[in-house]
Amino acid sequence: MSQHLPVLQVVVPLLAAPLAALVRRPRLSWLVAFLAALWAFGVAVALLHHVLSVGPISYHIGDWAPPWGIEYRVDQVNAFVLLIVSGIAAVVLPYARASVEWEIENERIPLFYTALILCMTGLLGISVTGDVFNVFVFLEISSLSAYALIAMGQDRRALTAAYQYLIMGSVGATFIVIGIGLMYVMTGTLNMADLAQRLPAMEANRTIPVAFAFLTVGISLKLALFPLHLWLPNAYAYAPSTVTSFIASTATKVAVYMLLRFVFTVFGAAFSFDVMNIDRILTPLALAAIVFMSLSAIYQPNVKRLLAYSSVAQIGYMVLGISLASVFGVAAGILHLFNHALIKGALFMAMGCVMYRVGSVRIEAMAGLGRTMPFTMAAFVIGGLSLIGVPLTVGFISKLYLVRAALEQGMWPVAVLVLVGSLLAVIYVWKVVEVAYFRQPIGDGSIREAPLSLLLPTWVLVLANIWFGVDAKLTAGVAIRAAQTLLGVGS
Amino acid sequence: MKEVLGLYNYWIVIGLMMIGFYTMISRGNLVKKLVGLSIFQTSVMILYISMGKILGGTAPIIIEGRENVVYTNPIPSVLILTAIVVGVATLAVGLALVVRIKEAYGTIEEDEIHEQDDVM
Amino acid sequence: MDDRVILRVGSKILIPFILLFALYVQFHGDFGPGGGFQAGVIFAAAFILYALVFGLGAAKAVLPPIVVHTCAAVGVMIYAGTGVVTLLLGGKFLDYNVLAHNAAHGQEWGIFSVETGVLVTVFGVMVAIFYAFAGRRRAEP
Repeated sequence: MSQHLPVLQVVVPLLAAPLAALVRRPRLSWLVAFLAALWAFGVAVALLHHVLSVGPISYHIGDWAPPWGIEYRVDQVNAFVLLIVSGIAAVVLPYARASVEWEIENERIPLFYTALILCMTGLLGISVTGDVFNVFVFLEISSLSAYALIAMGQDRRALTAAYQYLIMGSVGATFIVIGIGLMYVMTGTLNMADLAQRLPAMEANRTIPVAFAFLTVGISLKLALFPLHLWLPNAYAYAPSTVTSFIASTATKVAVYMLLRFVFTVFGAAFSFDVMNIDRILTPLALAAIVFMSLSAIYQPNVKRLLAYSSVAQIGYMVLGISLASVFGVAAGILHLFNHALIKGALFMAMGCVMYRVGSVRIEAMAGLGRTMPFTMAAFVIGGLSLIGVPLTVGFISKLYLVRAALEQGMWPVAVLVLVGSLLAVIYVWKVVEVAYFRQPIGDGSIREAPLSLLLPTWVLVLANIWFGVDAKLTAGVAIRAAQTLLGVGS
Repeated sequence: MKEVLGLYNYWIVIGLMMIGFYTMISRGNLVKKLVGLSIFQTSVMILYISMGKILGGTAPIIIEGRENVVYTNPIPSVLILTAIVVGVATLAVGLALVVRIKEAYGTIEEDEIHEQDDVM
Repeated sequence: MDDRVILRVGSKILIPFILLFALYVQFHGDFGPGGGFQAGVIFAAAFILYALVFGLGAAKAVLPPIVVHTCAAVGVMIYAGTGVVTLLLGGKFLDYNVLAHNAAHGQEWGIFSVETGVLVTVFGVMVAIFYAFAGRRRAEP
């Protein structure tokens, strides 16, 4: 059974998605989706355990040996990403039941869960596969369901946000297909490991740099690298709470994983950084994202939008780590990928609780919530502290690694800018905290604490923020081993 | 001259790609943007299929009794079949969104939609 | 409607042949050009033609939306289910060789089963898209 784990990771959710549509009953389809997420999480844990103790797993679909057949390949890097995606799904789904029943009409709920599970399937598929065209197929599965999910938001601006995401996302995906096609025409293979072997001989050919450029730009669109982030703020701000919590903590992370895969595994660090000098583009853009997007976040009147801008800034931290191309830098990027999923998951879920009780997430609507919804706001505060990077939270760990990696290469201005980003985060988190704790509650006092089914999952993520902040041995250990695998240095 | 005529399939691809991309950027009408996106995606399909084609090549089905047949590489075609399905799905989702935007805003012109949102 | 006798009679003659051709494309798919995707689209085209000529109401009476949506979901399950069956029979995912007594038959059955899944899903999705767009009222009079 254990040899089939890579494919079961994807196939069981793929089967659960139509089942959720077939049962037609909101509660039942929720149960199907929840069980699928739990299954995916269980498989991901087993895979990570297997990879850490035994080594990478290769699975040949249809028993066709690679490079002819499609290969699913799990190593330290994607086992970690699988764990993040399925873990967040397993936490978000218990949260979804009450939140979705409140936000979405009853007859659409089964289809909502179908799309959510398909989105998860796509993200898991991107992470697990070792075939570049398969990446595109799963990317589109996750993206198309994400467009539909975002469009289900109550605000009509959710529609335009989904439309904008669709246009930009499709352009990104098409760029990726062009890149894959150019690689295929040069090498005649689609398997990542095979490509990695054949590409170095072709480096002198002009087609390969073009393929590299198309792939990098396409993936950057998907991961919302500044200035290609325009689709993200509205999409996160107007999507249903469940969708924002899930997509914000997984979709861009998987795109970052794609960047890691293509830059380090397929093209190789030597080509990407020494020949193409990708760091000369990524480092300034990442720093610009950190500073400008944090500044933009400060001026947002809508807290979900504020957090969305902050997400773009945080993606800057991940890309910054990757662009340093050292073991510590890449490890910091991977670590922040995990930690930021926990942080933003917790924050957006807290905002979902506010949405559930107050019906708005504008800053002025949150006046006095520190008193009326103490547990929700406490979750927000801890998530915010983690976002800033206060010691004993996960945010601190990733900033620590990032600053260390920057100083290791003598890039102290970079380290300073990372800290400036943290200071800006203090400002935008404080803006919300001030309104929530130091203003009188508005309204007739009918606002109560969010129900337990929303609070519990939120607090699970909040506690995970603290747990992995205090004891970073597991996450940092895996991240360093993953970085060593990617850079091909002794593990 | 060889670069122009000998590689004519790539010139067609680049031309279509730019037409599609420019339409997407320059038009404010949401349906026209989707048309641009479709043209853009179609150009990539032509890129794939033309690179798999071998002059005189036929469909890769083995016929008994016929030797020395040149076959066209089927893999790009198979890949693009997937991309076509994806393109159809994208177009359907996009048009569905446009229909609902029309119902919510009463217009499908981008600038008019932004005007309405700014008032709110 | 009455003045479109040619259309109505013509489409009534055509529709059975369109359905038959879809099945030909489907069953011919494992040893010639064809396959589930094309067959599904052709099969759906027959019903869409019916809806265009006789009206959406008549089409929905013949093929209720619930059936269409079920088709779209069931097809995916047939596809993925084939893979699960091969897993349970001891092969890799979608390894058709284990489906029958010898590899050649196994491949044939496996491909056919997968293509059937594709046919059912594509048919369901195509008709569902048509119903969704055609059933929409205009926002403004």
